[in-house]
Amino acid sequence: MAGAGQLVLHDCALDRGGRRLFSGLSFALEPGDAALVTGPNGAGKSSLTRMIAGLLPVAEGQLTVSGRLALSNESLALDNGAPLGDALSFWTGLDGQGADAVATALDALAIPHLAPVPVRMLSTGQRKRASLARVLASGADIWLLDEPGNGLDTASIPLLEAAMAAHRAAGGIVLAVSHQPLALPGAQDVRIGA
Amino acid sequence: MSLWLALVRRDVRLAWNGGLWLPVVFFMLVAILYPFGVGPDAKLLARTGGGVLWVAALLAALLPVDRLIQPDAESGVLDQLAVRGISDEGVASAKLIAHWLSFAPPLMLAAIPAAALVRIDGETLWRLEAGLALGTPALAALGLLVASLTAGLPRAGALAGLLMLPLAVPVLIFGAGSLTAGSGAAMKLLAASSLFIAALTPFAAGAAIRAMRR
Repeated sequence: MAGAGQLVLHDCALDRGGRRLFSGLSFALEPGDAALVTGPNGAGKSSLTRMIAGLLPVAEGQLTVSGRLALSNESLALDNGAPLGDALSFWTGLDGQGADAVATALDALAIPHLAPVPVRMLSTGQRKRASLARVLASGADIWLLDEPGNGLDTASIPLLEAAMAAHRAAGGIVLAVSHQPLALPGAQDVRIGA
Repeated sequence: MSLWLALVRRDVRLAWNGGLWLPVVFFMLVAILYPFGVGPDAKLLARTGGGVLWVAALLAALLPVDRLIQPDAESGVLDQLAVRGISDEGVASAKLIAHWLSFAPPLMLAAIPAAALVRIDGETLWRLEAGLALGTPALAALGLLVASLTAGLPRAGALAGLLMLPLAVPVLIFGAGSLTAGSGAAMKLLAASSLFIAALTPFAAGAAIRAMRR
């Protein structure tokens, strides 16, 4: 994993459907930093991750992203008919990662046995882990995780926390949106809305 | 470039795994049913058969529309490609090539038995094949364009037909017109309109994909 990423929001605002979701949002994340985004439903937390990922336009302010991004949200983005290993390999291929990136990511989330299973057969929690595996295997500097703990069982949350800690130790950046308590030591608390 | 080829490969593989034969089967069905409809008069069949096959090819191009963009938009694949900095136009052009590769060759193969069923002679068959080679890029492009415009809309299938068929009229006119002897001009106009539509589509479809996100 590279350690050259940086994520800076300066006085950012975001509009959705003609309505201002939030404004004046500022924070800066350097290599090894993390942010935990909280706020009520509909405050624009998921939209914030999409804005940082470049999928939504910044209405006001300045967003500076250096380094590669990886996004995990409610969309799995894996081919339903393909085995999980192959579906993940498509993305690691695009990301220029080696052949063992998928296996390493699946190991880290304790799902190596799911590699030959077609994506459509996965359960809710397994799909979430597959989505996280896509991020882990991407080798990106900045992880944008939208509700990474949703649907995970109690045994899997520590795996996710360990993966995030390892990513930060290697100089990566984590921005997580979560309603559940997640262990992100020293994370900035970013509160949106109300 | 290797990214782009990976996208083409993925879409071709997805097409081969499902949906590839639907347009071909539809095309063949028209060729089989048409002689039943107009009777066994070989002269009448030969005179009208080429045009019917063009109409069949045009309608067959509508069938794959719902699997071109909608599944990738829904599952987040298009978003993930954008996160990786791949332009929507690039994605659309890869999808166009992949769609043409899985749409045109099977259709052109099916045109051979279809031509026999509607009693087209060998020379006209060659002109039909040449016309399809020139015209299918436009049919594939219009399918992709309409797919990107209607992705996410309810009852997109019916709307796709209404949107696509008027746009395909030039291709149909020049395609069917190129079937008679000494119709080089129609063939050239077919090539020109096809090139125009195929060159425009990646930009239009890319813009539509981007607009879908907003």
